[in-house]
Amino acid sequence: MPPGERKAMVRMTYREAVRAAVREALHRDPRVFLMGEDVGAYGGCYAVSKGCLAEFGAERVRDTPLCESAFVGAGIGAAMGGMRPIVEIMTVNFGLLALDQIVNNAATLRHMSGGQLSVPVVIRLATGAGRQVAAQHSHSFEGWFAHIPGIKILAPATVEDARGMLWSALQEPDPVLIFEHAMLYAMEGELPEDAGAVEISHAAIRRPGRDVSLITYGGSLHKTLAAAELLAREGIEAEVVDLRTLRPLDDETILGSVTRTRRAVLVDEGWRSGSLSAELSARIMESAFYELDAPVQRVCTAEVPIPYPKHLEDAALPQPESIAAAARRTLGERHG
Amino acid sequence: MSEAQAPGLPLNRDEALAWLRQMQLIRRFEEASAQAYSAGKIRGFLHLYIGEEACAVGTLRALQPDDAIVSHYREHGHALARGVPARAIMAEMFAKAEGCSRGRGGSMHLFDASRRFYGGNAIVAGGLPLALGLALADQMMRRPRVTTAIFGDGAVAEGEFHESLNLATLWKLPVLFVCENNLYAMGTALQRHEAQVNLAARASSYGLPAESVDGMDVLAVAGAVRRAAAAIRSGGGPAFLELRTYRFRAHSMYDPELYRDKREVEQWKLRDPIILFIQWMREAGLLSTGDLERLEREVEAEVSDALDFAEAGTLEPVEDLTRDVYTPREARDAPR
Repeated sequence: MPPGERKAMVRMTYREAVRAAVREALHRDPRVFLMGEDVGAYGGCYAVSKGCLAEFGAERVRDTPLCESAFVGAGIGAAMGGMRPIVEIMTVNFGLLALDQIVNNAATLRHMSGGQLSVPVVIRLATGAGRQVAAQHSHSFEGWFAHIPGIKILAPATVEDARGMLWSALQEPDPVLIFEHAMLYAMEGELPEDAGAVEISHAAIRRPGRDVSLITYGGSLHKTLAAAELLAREGIEAEVVDLRTLRPLDDETILGSVTRTRRAVLVDEGWRSGSLSAELSARIMESAFYELDAPVQRVCTAEVPIPYPKHLEDAALPQPESIAAAARRTLGERHG
Repeated sequence: MSEAQAPGLPLNRDEALAWLRQMQLIRRFEEASAQAYSAGKIRGFLHLYIGEEACAVGTLRALQPDDAIVSHYREHGHALARGVPARAIMAEMFAKAEGCSRGRGGSMHLFDASRRFYGGNAIVAGGLPLALGLALADQMMRRPRVTTAIFGDGAVAEGEFHESLNLATLWKLPVLFVCENNLYAMGTALQRHEAQVNLAARASSYGLPAESVDGMDVLAVAGAVRRAAAAIRSGGGPAFLELRTYRFRAHSMYDPELYRDKREVEQWKLRDPIILFIQWMREAGLLSTGDLERLEREVEAEVSDALDFAEAGTLEPVEDLTRDVYTPREARDAPR
């Protein structure tokens, strides 16, 4: 394209972006197939795969029984057998029923076999709270999964990443888990008409700023950007870092941002104890302690099972105001 | 060359001798492993297969080289019967880099991708979903192959067993489920862990053909596996075989065997699968005293060579500790 010529842009939802990615993968690679609960006739619990059954047929868009361990394990086995499965798990809480297959098989087989086996499977899971579906459909376990060597963890927070991460994940020779925050599916964004794969090894600075680094991922990105807006009105320039890849973490971008701003607020929808935010905090202490002008702050989900009532669910989760308050704390009395 | 006809099974003298040799190799290999364990050469868990040799040899000999095998943690016999060299297995148990899993897995995690031997899975029933996936890949790629999942009676109580039989039957996957029922899940007797002790009846409730076989009779095992595999290969969907067998030794090297009567063990030893097969071969005129002495010498030499090879093996350099947690760069860049 000649310089200066503007690409045609299209508006689409996060859901449509994931669907476009799934369709692209099914078109481009005959080894790719989609399987999971209600991905076919129902069109996907979140309507991500709506229309795919009609377009690609029942062999490549496979409705499974309710048996997370068996169909996730089957995805791992099919990957070893030469396929490139996309396995959808309706919600991360159900993913716990497949934890054995993910941890004991997908993550271990390459190393434990002395490098003989590859498991190029992609597992997509809906994650996160905000829909008043209570304590068995709302949790954020991506931090747990990010604990495990042998798998890679992605958390697309933008429409662009929802569109582009899947194809890149399918090119990985190792298992990749993609956590899609359920509150993002309806979010709209603008993409170039020819949008495609994105790189998946770097964090992204979504808003530059010099006063404090707000580091987050997934569904919390937009609350964090809203917090940065609040802070801007007070004259605080917050930098917002979107981790994008939760394992392996992009230390360079994280530490680079903290080194510039000298202050860090970690926003994580997981619980605080033993969390991804704890890991980030430890890395900052280990590598950037002397760059800091203030203690690292964390904004996490209250340590309760996510409750059903809206006001309690809202109170349990990181919100723009609590994120902005944490940022002010790092700036001391001037803003406290 | 003389011919003898087992029920549904043509078996000539050379084949019969090869089968007997493998059964003896497994027996002698296991005895040597126990000694090596006592000498501190093998560590961790060691589960011996003595008494169950007819199951491994009968099953593996009835399958094709490009069929896949997924086994459990008492799998030395399966690996040997699949043709994994005794040297590579012993070196694996000696934790040497020359082992079939580079020394990373040990006794419970033998792998040989070149022989489509996918472990060595120490999570009871955890291999069954992998077998579904390997079979699904074959089905989708139209390869006329059979994946055999071998597991014990203990696995029948696990959810994965039920999920896997259901999914395999629903999707007509080319999987042969082989249950080696040795009557004990570690130390818990079958009637103490199963409400329905007729395992074939239980499996058949999922709508797949299920049969019980004398697991001490290598000919009966091979005949049943051959028939089942042929039906599966021609598109008939999965099948289940229960092989009724018995482990003569303790569960592992730590087991004082408080849960079973020594007289029960002695009763089962009267049906030693190797003695039974020797008797059959003699009656069929397929075995001379000279043959037997020659086989014993060969097996002794092979095990002794395996021990020497393992002893002379090298330890993996510590610098390689984290190699193959993920696919190394050089392997990623190679065309896949």
